Parts: sequence; structure tokens; C-alpha cells
Amino acid sequence: MSIFDLFRDNSKTPKSAHVAKERLKVIVAHERHQRNAPDYLPALQRDIMDVIRKYVDIGPEQLQVDINEEGNYSILEVNVNLPK
Amino acid sequence: MAKIVVITSGKGGVGKTTSSAAISMGLALRGHKTVVIDFDIGLRNLDIIMNCERRVVFDFVNVIQQEASLNQALIKDKRCDNLYILPASQTRDKDALTKEGVKKVLDDLAEQFEYIVCDSPAGIEQGAQMALYYADEAIVVTNPEVSSVRDSDRILGILQSKSFRAENNQPPVREHLLITRFDPERVARGDMLDVPDIEEILAIPLLGIIPESQAVLNASNKGMPVVLDEKSDAGQAYLDTVARFLGEDKPHRFLEAQRKGFLKRVFGG
Repeated sequence: MSIFDLFRDNSKTPKSAHVAKERLKVIVAHERHQRNAPDYLPALQRDIMDVIRKYVDIGPEQLQVDINEEGNYSILEVNVNLPK
Repeated sequence: MAKIVVITSGKGGVGKTTSSAAISMGLALRGHKTVVIDFDIGLRNLDIIMNCERRVVFDFVNVIQQEASLNQALIKDKRCDNLYILPASQTRDKDALTKEGVKKVLDDLAEQFEYIVCDSPAGIEQGAQMALYYADEAIVVTNPEVSSVRDSDRILGILQSKSFRAENNQPPVREHLLITRFDPERVARGDMLDVPDIEEILAIPLLGIIPESQAVLNASNKGMPVVLDEKSDAGQAYLDTVARFLGEDKPHRFLEAQRKGFLKRVFGG
């Protein structure tokens, strides 16, 4: 920090280290989740996608397939966003 | 019982070989008979960092393929009687490493040594997986930077699922975080991830913090593990790291930004 920095407005832009931490938290949590998912999940997602596409044209970002562990059972969660 | 310690990271260029050289020399200086193995088949570099590149006759792959005996391939360090180096092959590729072959060499080494330090190659392929497979402890080298932290998390996932211990339902590999190239001034400015940020994301115990230091390049230029430069900040930080690894309680140092003089504060720089 020098006298020249006083003329710059740093208050509005968050510090890059803070941005780094937030981005890392999101991606690391996402990748850990994927790592713990069963091996068949990507194939299952592809098959569900193919079935829906027979009827409605959707893109990969409009389908979310997740498996969540809840005690001694798992929940298969399928989210499809259909276009209007 | 010999302890197998892997120095790993996923990402390249974060300081695995520097750390392997420093930590193995540090263990040897503390009186423990130590061998350090270069697992980077085809791209050996531990030898040049340890200043024994001209003494390599046989290598790790020669031993695995029974073209040489272990004692023919081991290179004794000239500075410390307790330290030996097992160099990687420069001509073969990483598929020369098999689980059975590596196990045989590690078992033979375990009869002679207290610590077996495995210097992992970058990446998550065969070479890296072989380096960590039989580990009892893992030192995960991480820079305060997004790609390095992400890759460290990835390698932790592999340690927890694909190591011998994980596959055989044994107690898990003990994980340690080693942060290298840490620059307190950039942290103070908010331009670099701080130690607690990295600890929070990776959620493994912190073993050491090595400051960004001129001494590291100087040491590698000369082929001298940086712990032998006892006056340097990085050398001391590695010696502290080794002491903590051996169970001593040492406070972390070199975390404060250097206080700048008046002129520097006014004019920057």
C-alpha cells in the first residue's frame, strides 16, 4: 500500500483472495459430491436425457441428476427444466 | 517398522521435489535412516536437486525389473550418512511401475530404513498413483492458489479411495498439509489465499508453511536440499516442518509481512 493507492477506489471490488476462496469452496464441494456418487450416475443421466429428448428438446444444463445419501437409503433426485 | 511417506500434490511445479529433498534430508539430519525415491519415471529430477545426477548408474526401474540389486541402485548422500537416494529411470515410461514391483522394492527398503519418502510425479496417473499407493502418511504440497488447492483436494480423494490402505479397509493414510510459496505480504494485501482459507477448504491438519524464498532457487542451483541452508527462512521452515512431523510442537513462523521502512510505505514497492 503506497500513497498512490489512496487515489484508487479499492472499496467496491472485493479482494481477489476472497474471490478465490468463494470459487474454491463451490467447486471443491461440487467435485467431492461427484466423487462420492455411484459410477453409473453419468450413464443414468445420459439415458434419462435421451428419453426426455424423444419428446422435448432440452440441453444438458436443463437436466440435473443427483443421488443423496439419507441414513440407510439414497434418494435419486431428477430435475428437468422444460422450455416454455 | 519403516514408515512410507508420499510427497504429493496433483498439480506440477508446486514444490514436491524441493520438499522431498528438504524433508528427507531433514529426517536424516535428525538421525533417522531415510531413503528418498523418485517416482517420476521418464522425467527424473530428484537427482539434480540432490546433486547426485552424475552418480546415477542404475535406477528404480532396473531394480523392479531385477536388472540391478537395490544396493547397486541406491546412492548414498555425500553430506549425510543417513540419507540414500533411489533415482527414477530416465528412459522408461511410467507403466514400468507395477503394484507388485513397487511393493517388492518397498519391502526390501523397509528392512534397512526408518523412513521411505516417495517423491510423486505431478498428475493423477499411474506414476502418481504408484507413489501414493503404499503410503502410511501423505504430505500434500499446496500453493496458495486456486488450481493447486483444487488439485490437492483431488489427490486427497484418491488417497481416500485408491490407496492400499483404503482398498484393504485399513486405517486411512495420515494426511498432512504443507503450504509452499507462501507470501505474507500478498496475503496482507488481500491478493493471496491465507492459511486458514486453505485449511478450511481442504480440511486436513497443517504440517508446515514454507515462505516464498530466494533460498529455494539458490539451493536447487547448487543441488543442495534447502534445509542445509540453515540461515534461510525456507530452510528453517522445512526444519520446523520435519520436527512437527516427528511429533514436536513448534509454532508456525514466517507468517507476518515484513515491516516496511517509511520510504517504502509512502512510495510503495
